[in-house]
Amino acid sequence: MSYSERAKGLLARSKADEGDTVRLRAGGREHVGILMPHHGFSHPDVIVIKLGSGYNIGVRVDDGSELTVLAKAGARAPRPMPPQPSSGLPPVSFLGTGGTIASYVDYRTGAVHPALRAEELVATVPELAGICAPRSRVVLSLFSENMDVNSWQTLAEAVADELNAGAEGVIVPHGTDTLGYTSAALAFMLGDGPRPVVLVGAQRSSDRPSSDAYGNLLSSARFCVQADAAEVFVLMHGEPSDTYAHVHRGTKVRKMHTSRRDAFQSVNAPPVARVDIEGGLEMLAPCRPKGTGNVRPELAMEREVGLLYFHPGMGPELVRKVAEGLRGLVVAGTGLGHVSQGVVDVLREVVSQGKPVVMTSQCLGGRVNLNVYDTGRDLLSAGVIPGEDMLPETALVKLMWVLGRADDMEEVARLMASNLRGEISERREL
Amino acid sequence: MHPVTCGLEVHQQLDTRKLFCSCRSQLVEGQGARFVRRLRPTQSELGEIDRAALAQAERGMRFTYQAPPDVSCLVEADEEPPHAADAEAVQAALIVSALLGCQVMDEVHFMRKIVIDGSNTSGFQRTALVAVDGALEVNGRRIGIASLCLEEDAARKVDAKDREVTYRLDRLGIPLIEIATAPDMHDPEEVREVAQRLGSILRSTRMVKRGLGTIREDLNISVPGGARVEIKGVQDLGLLPTYVRTEMERQHALIEIKRLLRERGATPVPPAVRDVTALLRDSRSKVLRSALTKGGKALCAPLPLFAGTLRSADGRLRLGAEMAQHARSRGVAGIFHSDELPGYGITAEEVQALRAELRLGERDAFVLCADMADRAEPALLAALARANQALVGVPEETRDPLPDGTSVYSRPLPGAGRMYPETDVPPILIEPERLAGIRAALPELPEARIARLVGEYAINEQQARQLVRDGYDELFEEVGRGKGMAAVAARTFLSTYPELQKEGVDLEALSDAKVREAFAALSAGRFAKEALPSVLREMARGADVEGAMAALGLEAMDQGDAVHILDAIIAERAEFVREKGEGAVGPLMGVAMKELRGKVDGKAAADLLRERVRVFLEG
Repeated sequence: MSYSERAKGLLARSKADEGDTVRLRAGGREHVGILMPHHGFSHPDVIVIKLGSGYNIGVRVDDGSELTVLAKAGARAPRPMPPQPSSGLPPVSFLGTGGTIASYVDYRTGAVHPALRAEELVATVPELAGICAPRSRVVLSLFSENMDVNSWQTLAEAVADELNAGAEGVIVPHGTDTLGYTSAALAFMLGDGPRPVVLVGAQRSSDRPSSDAYGNLLSSARFCVQADAAEVFVLMHGEPSDTYAHVHRGTKVRKMHTSRRDAFQSVNAPPVARVDIEGGLEMLAPCRPKGTGNVRPELAMEREVGLLYFHPGMGPELVRKVAEGLRGLVVAGTGLGHVSQGVVDVLREVVSQGKPVVMTSQCLGGRVNLNVYDTGRDLLSAGVIPGEDMLPETALVKLMWVLGRADDMEEVARLMASNLRGEISERREL
Repeated sequence: MHPVTCGLEVHQQLDTRKLFCSCRSQLVEGQGARFVRRLRPTQSELGEIDRAALAQAERGMRFTYQAPPDVSCLVEADEEPPHAADAEAVQAALIVSALLGCQVMDEVHFMRKIVIDGSNTSGFQRTALVAVDGALEVNGRRIGIASLCLEEDAARKVDAKDREVTYRLDRLGIPLIEIATAPDMHDPEEVREVAQRLGSILRSTRMVKRGLGTIREDLNISVPGGARVEIKGVQDLGLLPTYVRTEMERQHALIEIKRLLRERGATPVPPAVRDVTALLRDSRSKVLRSALTKGGKALCAPLPLFAGTLRSADGRLRLGAEMAQHARSRGVAGIFHSDELPGYGITAEEVQALRAELRLGERDAFVLCADMADRAEPALLAALARANQALVGVPEETRDPLPDGTSVYSRPLPGAGRMYPETDVPPILIEPERLAGIRAALPELPEARIARLVGEYAINEQQARQLVRDGYDELFEEVGRGKGMAAVAARTFLSTYPELQKEGVDLEALSDAKVREAFAALSAGRFAKEALPSVLREMARGADVEGAMAALGLEAMDQGDAVHILDAIIAERAEFVREKGEGAVGPLMGVAMKELRGKVDGKAAADLLRERVRVFLEG
């Protein structure tokens, strides 16, 4: 909720700005403190003041309330940044996307500011300078849920520029909600890049002393420099402890918990590596080694692709409508990859219109198999492409990318069934 | 000018669910799952890190957490955002605010107060200012209430070694009401009385926990010319006046040390240490030998003109002890200083050699520390920094209370500006109607309760006052309702308890449930009231009431058995009884009670004895 007209009027008349020291008389009481931003869940008549003790309080104003500015907020002194001495360590690029992987707190107003520039990063995470020569630029400024194909393209280009300029690795701090989608998109767009790209996030924001951001960030830098690995990866905590991080293949990783530090898990594949937060690196699965040469990103993507989560009772008509505006469809089916008979019939129609349909499983774990049951066989005969053991989200991103370079249904089916970026496991052991 | 100025901060645990999740708020024995964390101070906008936070971070600590099931969940593990504040806890805070006549905020906002000693998994304590500007009256004096906050309790430290501390999460998140008084107290005894009164007021809500550790006091003390020192976490209210007195002495001694040093023209000691390992290589001191054989070093620093201030002959000036506490906070076992040497296996010759090496005069002192070099040096530097503070006077600091009434240095006083908003918890609008409702239905205040106890239970006022002050009133009313039980209950809490405590019985082990059980058995006539202290003693040692009775041989006796025993006693003394007639009852009572104590109520036994004597005399 925003301010009421009454509160707005009071603030406007007094010419008080956030950060000013003010005196507020309301309800027969007087409060002196710093005017704070309105809290989203505060009552519309409430003005928030930070008292000298550091506590915020909400004061409800009425028509008789008075607000007086006692002192305007002083201009924030810019943070002195020590120049970075050249260390001879390998250059690693940090590309900002809008998340606050590193930040500092303005205790005066309670605001949390992201550390964006390389100097700021090093100032807040000084250990970085002992691992690599950090470079930094801001590519996007978005909440991760607002990312789209354009964002992925912008980011892929920026990553390619950094790699081609000689970066030993590129680290992309990213909001965790859609981290797995972006890592898949970068994996398909960047192809056989010569050096690693690591997407990294934090499940506890970086303004908190307990944040996992710092351990993850440092582990990412260490992985870029020390590991002979050149794919697109996601690095996050491996367990609730600040002990080690797991490195996941960008096409095999999924956020599996809303809040735990170890929310990110490799699905249908082992993690690629384990990085001890206090140093130490262990490779857990083979991956493409570092190489030379430039990367030419393949950015084209078909935007009109959807992901449909089937459920019992889902009306075939709904599916028909969803598919109408699309060029391709990924279905998260039940079990081995099933949908109701009515939906099978609609999918057959969709395929017959030249729109590829890829089947994945809501089970996430395991491979779809359309040969076992009648419904599966019906789907196969309807022309539905089995998505093997791909994550539904990865299959979606892949179909977008495949449709960006192939129209022919057979070619699309061939590409979708091929393991291009480690998104499909040939075999999975017990 | 007042000889001392004190303020109190009372922290009272609430008997509700946890403040930000629905875990039970109870301490447990189980350890549960374990995980390990580090905390790092968040830099402020201007690159400043709070001095208290920094002092903690410099120690490079690693924290292990035990997460027992049922009393901790993902919220305590900092693996899930906090839920909305517990409604019952908020209500309790509002009730206490009203009882203290405080002004309640229109909207309550939770803040994050940075604490990186590991006691909060998040690295901050969630706290909200609920009310300000109240007062209470103690012995006719008005004591101001500066603020009332609702906050979460910290995790419980269960182990600490070197740079690793282990906490259990059972206590983390238990709601606390924090009441800060104004610095209105000027007498050690008054501090205790105010604490007791606040305790009674809190308990009157019947929403607070009782027992050791459920109420903790932070004590702010300063003397003229001294500084504000906070003694944090006092659990034994009885010791409050002692802490005030010892802190007054400590500050006076420090003021005296400053005067002495200034008089001598002492100047700040440069932060430099000397390696004197070679001089002490063959020392027979156990401490030195064990450090040096492990590859450690003996480091030393001169303190020009400090002689006699580290420990004066009369033991009153003890700067050395202060310096040792600072050194220990950097992980060493301790330091030696020249006012206590020769000693501890260090010989006069070794002291002479050190003095010669450092070119010290008679009025100069030195400190010595033996440990691994990466530890001994920072420790010694911390000790020197403390020595230099002595030139300025009494440093502001936080101190930990010790059971003997003294305290030790724990960390610098936290700065004010280390709070920022807890955006995960929505603010709470306090409607005026809600406050009016609370004010209209306030719980009974201590004075009213004392009067009512006197009227309802026929105990005297002093007993009632003591029951309320010591927090036994609630349980007293529960167990004292039965016929004749009030007097027994009052005696139990006011005489038996102190006696048991004197014997060394752990009263904490005597839970409310156990006391209820004992009184239920007593009311049912299972044993006589004379046996109650023994029963409680057994129960404090872990027995249930059945076990206690069995151990004491207290199977309640039926009338027939008692008659049989009394008749035998009378028969053995037939001559005497015939001679004295009914007058024999008195003298025989002692003999009879030897047999019947605990099995038959005393008065009942007397009545029965009289009856049996009559029967005997009537032939």
